[in-house]
Amino acid sequence: MRSSDDLHAAAVRVGRANPEGAENPSKYLRRLDYSVLQQCIHCGMCLPTCPTYDETKLERNSPRGRIALMRQIADGQLAVTRAFGEELYFCLGCLACETACPAGVHYGQMFEFARADIEQAGVKRSAIRDCVRTLTLRWLFTNPEALRTLGRLIWLFQVTRLETLVRRLKLTRLLPGRLSRLEPLTPRLQRRFSDELIRPVETPANQRYRVGLLTGCVQDLAFSHVNRDTADVLLANGCEVITPRLQVCCGSLHAHNGELELAKEMARRTLDAFDLQHLDAVVTNAAGCGTHLKNYGHLLHDDPIYAERAAQWSAKLRDIHEWLAEIGIQAPTVSIPQRVTYHQACHLCHGQKITEQPRQVLKAIPGLELIELPESTWCCGSAGIYNITQPDMSEKLLQRKLANIEKTGVNIVASANPGCSVQLEAGARFSNKNLKILHPISLLAQAYRSSNAGIT
Amino acid sequence: MQKVATDLTGILGQERVLWEREHLVTYGFDGTATLYSEPGCVVLPKTTAEVRQVAEYAAEYKIPIVTRGSGTGLSGGSVPIPGCIVLCLAQMDQVLELDPKNLTIHVESGVITQKVAELADAAGLLYPPDPGSMRISTIGGNVAENSGGLRGLKYGVTRDYVMGLEVVLANGQAISLGNKCVKDVAGYSMKDVFIGSEGTLGIITRVLLQLVPKPQARKTMLASFQKMDKAADTVSAIIAAKIIPCTLEFLDRITIHCVEEYAQIGLPMDAEAILLIETDGHVVVVEEEASRMEEIAREHGATAVQVAKSGEEAARLTTARRVAFSALARRSPTTILEDATVPRSELAAMIRFIQGVSIKYGLTIGTFGHMGDGNLHPTFLTDEKNTAEMAKVEKAMVEIFEHAVKLGGTITGEHGVGLAKKPFLANAVGDASLELMRQLKRTLDPNNLLNPGKIFD
Repeated sequence: MRSSDDLHAAAVRVGRANPEGAENPSKYLRRLDYSVLQQCIHCGMCLPTCPTYDETKLERNSPRGRIALMRQIADGQLAVTRAFGEELYFCLGCLACETACPAGVHYGQMFEFARADIEQAGVKRSAIRDCVRTLTLRWLFTNPEALRTLGRLIWLFQVTRLETLVRRLKLTRLLPGRLSRLEPLTPRLQRRFSDELIRPVETPANQRYRVGLLTGCVQDLAFSHVNRDTADVLLANGCEVITPRLQVCCGSLHAHNGELELAKEMARRTLDAFDLQHLDAVVTNAAGCGTHLKNYGHLLHDDPIYAERAAQWSAKLRDIHEWLAEIGIQAPTVSIPQRVTYHQACHLCHGQKITEQPRQVLKAIPGLELIELPESTWCCGSAGIYNITQPDMSEKLLQRKLANIEKTGVNIVASANPGCSVQLEAGARFSNKNLKILHPISLLAQAYRSSNAGIT
Repeated sequence: MQKVATDLTGILGQERVLWEREHLVTYGFDGTATLYSEPGCVVLPKTTAEVRQVAEYAAEYKIPIVTRGSGTGLSGGSVPIPGCIVLCLAQMDQVLELDPKNLTIHVESGVITQKVAELADAAGLLYPPDPGSMRISTIGGNVAENSGGLRGLKYGVTRDYVMGLEVVLANGQAISLGNKCVKDVAGYSMKDVFIGSEGTLGIITRVLLQLVPKPQARKTMLASFQKMDKAADTVSAIIAAKIIPCTLEFLDRITIHCVEEYAQIGLPMDAEAILLIETDGHVVVVEEEASRMEEIAREHGATAVQVAKSGEEAARLTTARRVAFSALARRSPTTILEDATVPRSELAAMIRFIQGVSIKYGLTIGTFGHMGDGNLHPTFLTDEKNTAEMAKVEKAMVEIFEHAVKLGGTITGEHGVGLAKKPFLANAVGDASLELMRQLKRTLDPNNLLNPGKIFD
């Protein structure tokens, strides 16, 4: 039998002793302005909006729990441990907690620093993980030529029906566990990349603005037609469209996965591709990229060469819906009766607080009836590469989203983020649901095309 | 602690006993500023039987238990004592029965308050208590703290809606108290002993709540004032006119600004104070009361009175008020919320006193609260790392509590004593009353294992 005094003493020992502390001190969180961590008053308002807490009801899986751990690390009371690493990779980074937080806590910033600490400390390292990270984050997503070559190979695999054969012969079973689960998630790739669909400069007859267009990396491989649609919509609304060739990944993948230095490098390369002085705005149509792109000013604030440009960039960066709402949407003339529901990408509604503008875009389309989606701001489980790293939790969120879509009785889902689109398309495919996942801008572009062709 | 964790794992299984440091850190606090302490382990029972087994085990080995729900308390009531077992009821969240014939709902302790409100609403009924944290607070926590809310003025507090409880005692025995009868005088009303007991007398596992018919109509308005006194006068005049609105909330300038920054619903940023007024009931009565209150506000110097045009607008206004405490945290690193309460007639005097204290010590105090029931929330905006300022906060707090008691009020209206207000309890209730509380505690928990050191030592 142990008395409570013994237990008390034991707990104090656990609390103070910090054997790993010396080995894995924090590099990033300890450098973070302490007031950012202190901002959290652990009131708990974030708990009901956190998808992981909602699932487990464990404090550790909640925003305030994670912040408490980060604060302990910043204070040197806790080392960057493997369990901490696992926790921060269990977090979706959906930022629903930022929307819920009355105190204005910048969770996203802490989250990026925490993941950078985890990579720095190497607590999640394994041979396979290192290999995958080097191949993807360090090579593929810093190297657009390589990414496109891979994209072309996958496209060939898909169109030559080799894929069907491989799936029929169940050859995917030969892949290592995680890869075989991932294989069916592969989106349909496009035959042509954005550069082949959009000319470097396209000018409308009634030019009012000049904007730069970001074509993205995943967006460029899987949704280059959305980029074309975006250019068309911009042209229809009086914007000259400047589209730099062979654009690199904006670095959001890197920032969200603990590679802050690489993220800065990608940001500098992106900045170099645009002649900011001569643009009224730089437009993105991918929600996940948008949140990060708007953050360049902060990311590069201490860069001696790029700080000023990055700040200007942040001021000019617009999500496409936001930009259209700002300049006024030219309504298409032809009415196409269709019922559409709208899934709000986390990084649009939580990351950028853009909620009304996409609805304005959809409502501008004559004949379109918008059916509101229950829990439309609840993460679909895509969350960047979360569906690869945390397949179980991701699957639960996907099923919840599909069930909500079913409640609307609608089979066209508008969604403005490539990650969500891939996730929802895969979900529809597996469950044999007849769902069309379309970018709101594609719906608008379609309406313009019908109007121009005089189709009724 | 490893042996304790292993033993408890035998009862609950591996997944519902937590003792990794990365878990313990996250159960080290509730919603109260500056209080932190790590438990020895955390258990998450799902049934009364499991709670009983944990309590029996703790009694056998004399290990203290700190019970908690979502951990949103504001007096440190659920902050662990070092080495204790934290018994978290968040996963014990089944709704057992909604009985429309008797207007009751029977739920397990871990059910979220908002869920009770929604279920009642769907059945055409109302569960009136609506604490600020109702979106995440648990019913068990509400009962343990006897939580109030925005509608206290007309509808009362949690206690007024508890008809029955199931409680696990310190020795592991489960007892059922109360029933669905409106009238019941069979012996002492033992359930009332546990309401507001802050987890020190027993572990509340199930709650039978009373519901009321949903009011047919509701009207919400916002009155702006250039002087705090005028707002207070308006409240007195409304009560004197024999109108009891369901909500009479006020926010001072600092709070208005913080709430507006978060919610962006167009609050008047130039006002010194605003009153959020809501009346509910029969359509005709609501109309009549609303227009009479608008008149009274204007007579007493309201510079503007804005009536919500739709249910959504009304909901936006009350939601904004609900987040006032958290929104105040925008201003400074540490936010210390108090809930000194005075009789309604002393409101203006108390508010003036708080303003004086703020000037005297050079502290920033945002004040908001339930003006209709005299429950104020003076909130210190400070920095726990600034020891000089924290010392001033301590002194200011003592003065505010002492003055509240002097005016016939209390040190806490709805947050409970917990750890934060323990030093002030004797002064507020008197030694004899405190001794009676101690006797009760000794009777029900002779080994001092249930949330020891809370309310009093």
